[in-house]
Amino acid sequence: MEMKPLTRAVLGLVCLLVAIWLVAPTLVVVPMSFNGNKSLAFPPQGFSWQWYQNFVTNPEWSTAFLNSLKVASIVAVLATVLGTLAAFGLDRMKARPANLLRMLMLTPMVVPGVVLAIGIYAVYLDAQLVGTLPGFVLAHTILALPFVLIAVSANLEVFDRRLETAAASLGAGALTTFRTVTLPLILPGILSGLLFAFATSFDEIIVSLFITNPYLKTLPVQIFSSITRDADPTVAAVGTILLCATTILIGGGMLLLGRERKGRL
Amino acid sequence: MSALEPTTLSAERRAGWAWRPFALTLPALVLLAAVIGYPLITIVLRSLSEPEWGVQNYAWFFGAPVNLAVLQRTFAISAWVTLVCVVCAYPYAYLMTAVGPRVRLVLVLCVLIPFWVSGVVRTLSWVILLQDSGVINSLLRSADFAGIRLIRTQTGVVIGMAQVLLPFMILPLYSVMKGIDIRLVQAARSLGARPSRAFFTVYLPLSLPGVYAGAVIVFILALGFYITPALLGGPRSTMLSTLVQTQVLSLLQWGRGGAMGVVLLVTTFLLLALAAPVMRSRHREAGRR
Repeated sequence: MEMKPLTRAVLGLVCLLVAIWLVAPTLVVVPMSFNGNKSLAFPPQGFSWQWYQNFVTNPEWSTAFLNSLKVASIVAVLATVLGTLAAFGLDRMKARPANLLRMLMLTPMVVPGVVLAIGIYAVYLDAQLVGTLPGFVLAHTILALPFVLIAVSANLEVFDRRLETAAASLGAGALTTFRTVTLPLILPGILSGLLFAFATSFDEIIVSLFITNPYLKTLPVQIFSSITRDADPTVAAVGTILLCATTILIGGGMLLLGRERKGRL
Repeated sequence: MSALEPTTLSAERRAGWAWRPFALTLPALVLLAAVIGYPLITIVLRSLSEPEWGVQNYAWFFGAPVNLAVLQRTFAISAWVTLVCVVCAYPYAYLMTAVGPRVRLVLVLCVLIPFWVSGVVRTLSWVILLQDSGVINSLLRSADFAGIRLIRTQTGVVIGMAQVLLPFMILPLYSVMKGIDIRLVQAARSLGARPSRAFFTVYLPLSLPGVYAGAVIVFILALGFYITPALLGGPRSTMLSTLVQTQVLSLLQWGRGGAMGVVLLVTTFLLLALAAPVMRSRHREAGRR
């Protein structure tokens, strides 16, 4: 669409503002994390590393971080295995039942967080799963499953099944075919599912807030309770660390992807 | 898995393999039933049975003006958030289709990075920005303006929620706009339509499915928002989710909390069901193209 210069300028300006609104607010945690005072008031006073030190040395924070890592790693593997199996099953089913089952499996994405949280909390109280590792893993896995399913299904849709037939006709068994033909071709989908599952679990807060107890807290729960309790800049330090980790992960992934594409051309 | 092709299998073996696709989905389905299905049924049952069997909890919910005010506010905040998202996302998504690949990459990154940053951290940054001693107020004061109240107000909640939900509006909008044949607009122009007319009669209607899809997603997600209103809101901006949490965790009123949860759940699914036919027709159109 050709535009008048004025329209173009206004459009550009609006988009610039939206981009700033999307990215800039999160960056405010960076200066706050070096605050010399124990306060989240702006502007920060002085400079210190103490909040980073506190994150590493204070068992409340470091345990929460390790718990999150542990839960998210198990969830990533479990959700990826279950999600990939399910994606294969749905791919090889008749369209009608497959659509129905797919819709069922995507429900965790649309059920309001709090409704799910009180439901799981009620069941966990009876099953004595509140504040336990299996409890967290089960709840997070079901929340991560849709992301794996979507990622792997998208890959299976473009996968040419005649390749499997070719392998089988050349004498490969079902397992060999899967390992040498199918798996390498859908690996990008599985990997992105794995990453999404990890991120979903690592970031999950609503259900976690309900099923947590003093013995097992994940990082988002610790951040949330710290924000509501007092103005401890350690949350800003944690936020900065997470922000850097995310940026490196996305940036690295994009670079890898770009290089791969160039290599193929 | 490979051997489902009829040419490579005898009929006898095929019969044995027919159940396999379903078997593959079974572990996920079992977990789904245990961790989603069973809890949701529990909540529905509790809303109808505690303290005794009947619809008293629903009668209580729809009978108390306080609750209805919160319900109305939840819808109002969600509607505002959706509106803000549409207004901000539309030009942004359009620009994504109109620029070169390099600028587009930057624009995509601007959408994706906040999408990936922890939700709690993003809300924390809004607390730092909006609080009375926050960035916005200290800037205002240094410019000799009076400070304004942002945190614990509805405005603050809308600002924070819209920023978190904006990517959910931009991405579907972009995917629809990408598919619009720009030659249609050029055709309208060549037939004498002014740019604004070409936009409103050709481009806008073609992009509406994207607006619709994004709006449904944003509105539904906003209805169930919990963290942002809890941290940015105050007593006068309570949303339904917070009320559910108070009933269950603080007052131990499982029946009442459950009834509210069911209302939230049913509303969400009703909206999804209303939106589904339109989304499906959009898919069909995309298929035709």
